[in-house]
Amino acid sequence: MTFDLETAAIPQGLRRVAIDPVSRVEGHGKVTILLDEHHRVQQVRLHIVEFRGFEKFIEGRPYWEVPVMVQRLCGICPVSHQLAASKALDRVIGAQPVTRSAEKIRRLMHYGQVMQSHALHFFYLASPDLLFGFDSDVNLRNIVGVAQAHPDIAKKGILLRKFGQELIRITSGKRIHGTGSVPGGMNKHVSRADRELLRPQARQMIAWAQEGVDLVKKLHAQNPAVYDTFGSFRSNMLSLVRADGAMDLYDGVLRARDADGKVFLDGASDQDYLSLIEEEVRPWTYMKFPHLRNLGRERGWYRVGPLARVQNCDFIPSPLAEIERKEFVDYGRGAPVHATLAYHWARMIEVLHTTEVIETLLDDPDILDGALMSEGERRRSGVGVIEAPRGTLIHDYSVGDDDLVTKCNLIVSTTHNNQAMNEAVRSVAREYLDGHELTEGLLNRIEVAIRAFDPCLSCATHAIGQMPLDVTLIGPGGALIDHVLKSQDGEMLRSEGVAA
Amino acid sequence: MTAPLLVFGWGNRSRGDDALGPLFVERLQVRAEGAGLAGLEFLDDYQLQVEHSLDLVGRDRVLFVDASRTCAAPFEVTPVHAARDLTFTTHAISPASVLQAYREIVGTEPPDCTLLAIRGGQFELGQPPGFDALEHLERALQWAMSWLTAAHAPKTGVLEVSNA
Repeated sequence: MTFDLETAAIPQGLRRVAIDPVSRVEGHGKVTILLDEHHRVQQVRLHIVEFRGFEKFIEGRPYWEVPVMVQRLCGICPVSHQLAASKALDRVIGAQPVTRSAEKIRRLMHYGQVMQSHALHFFYLASPDLLFGFDSDVNLRNIVGVAQAHPDIAKKGILLRKFGQELIRITSGKRIHGTGSVPGGMNKHVSRADRELLRPQARQMIAWAQEGVDLVKKLHAQNPAVYDTFGSFRSNMLSLVRADGAMDLYDGVLRARDADGKVFLDGASDQDYLSLIEEEVRPWTYMKFPHLRNLGRERGWYRVGPLARVQNCDFIPSPLAEIERKEFVDYGRGAPVHATLAYHWARMIEVLHTTEVIETLLDDPDILDGALMSEGERRRSGVGVIEAPRGTLIHDYSVGDDDLVTKCNLIVSTTHNNQAMNEAVRSVAREYLDGHELTEGLLNRIEVAIRAFDPCLSCATHAIGQMPLDVTLIGPGGALIDHVLKSQDGEMLRSEGVAA
Repeated sequence: MTAPLLVFGWGNRSRGDDALGPLFVERLQVRAEGAGLAGLEFLDDYQLQVEHSLDLVGRDRVLFVDASRTCAAPFEVTPVHAARDLTFTTHAISPASVLQAYREIVGTEPPDCTLLAIRGGQFELGQPPGFDALEHLERALQWAMSWLTAAHAPKTGVLEVSNA
């Protein structure tokens, strides 16, 4: 058995539409849609180039190098990988728990990372679609257009992001390739000078984050028909929560709710993830499909990230974000919010929460002083789970007596969301593509649905000159019907001699 | 005090020739310090992003450095101008967009900026830079030392910008 629209009943003779790669996501994704002669959607698949070789990249290296090396897996959330690896290797060297100061400095680093990643996504990657509309002029629908039409929004986005990056610098030691977090704890405190540099800015960041939440709420209120239904689908939701049910992005236990909001997994140790989660391979894509083992592949898939976290927790442990969480939950009128575009709303609630936590941590004397390292009985393996900006991130290592990593398994947030992203694309295809000719606006809707998840495909290679978008239509007989390139400057270029 | 000249490279050191940007920054800094050149700052990052526009504040000149799949070997040097570059970005943007962001956010014209694109060919995770790419890097470094020396000379006009 397969999922609806995953595989066409009779794929022969269908027209193929490929969107390759998807723009404004990290790395490269491709969408293929098979249409019949009446333009009816028969098959929709989101293909993503997997993190090929990541595990091999790590295996054979000394364990103490790993928190630095894994930062190179991703140019967008290197801190998340650094901390997930550190947490896993804490267990390998028996540093459980790490010291109070080490945990607080790590939290400051992590919340700074989540804040700046979310700010980038909302203000720069998503806002062009949200502020101008999915059918707006393609020449306007980008961040430069936002900067011109809404300079205040663009400026706040930059300054929020800059603040988050400064937090990473003062905690990890450098803007990139930070070495602050190591197996067993941290190797430096926050300096008083750095704390004094950033602390006065924290209140302003909270205010701007609140404005961001207000903006996304306004967008929902202005067009509920679109925001409530676009790319919507029902699913389970998975995330870490603190033992008392609070939102916690750094550490906790695994919790899952079903599509009706009922908690069916709670208090599960992250060390047991392999007994809970199974990764399925499907022949048409490199990226695996995780699902909860006890429910199976058809009922056990889930989504992760802000939409899951905001609804999975019982409360958010910061006052302003908790007010916003309650309003978000009330919006669902007793049922979970499954709208894909609600990811943006949930994401901004998390930005508000992170700014509140950051302010509290900057006032905490433990980040300036106190023991940084701990150790204990050595073990052969360890698992580190963290709530990265895009969702649950799992690092699992085995280390030999020679200190070299013998096994590495990573399940990244975007992989957890694989089935969910496919469902979102199918939902949009059903509603907007079925029976219609393809236009740029329609293709953009597919991309809008994918971008809502902020997928990070971790292709940090970004050499100048790559073509960002390639759309191909292939007819029932396999002949090329149409071929469109979106150039670097956003211009649509149709191949000559090809009928549109 | 902000250094008047910024050298900013980007790329991932663990993705083959994508390391050219950060390697360039690292090696040029060593040579510049050895030559006693002052008033310089060297920064690198994984990717170019909007907030890097704020790194340009207070500069007289900026040299951007990146690996390129398409430039002529061994490297190309071109001026960068603020532009409504409509790049369909991933999570990275172009130098022209950074300058445009500077213009929008800071409210003044950005400093003189130059892009040094070094030809690379393979960008796989876990691979070291290729032999050809490292040769291109060395040629680019030689050019850059001349460029920096000229930048320290009394400012008599616009620095010559040309293809290598």
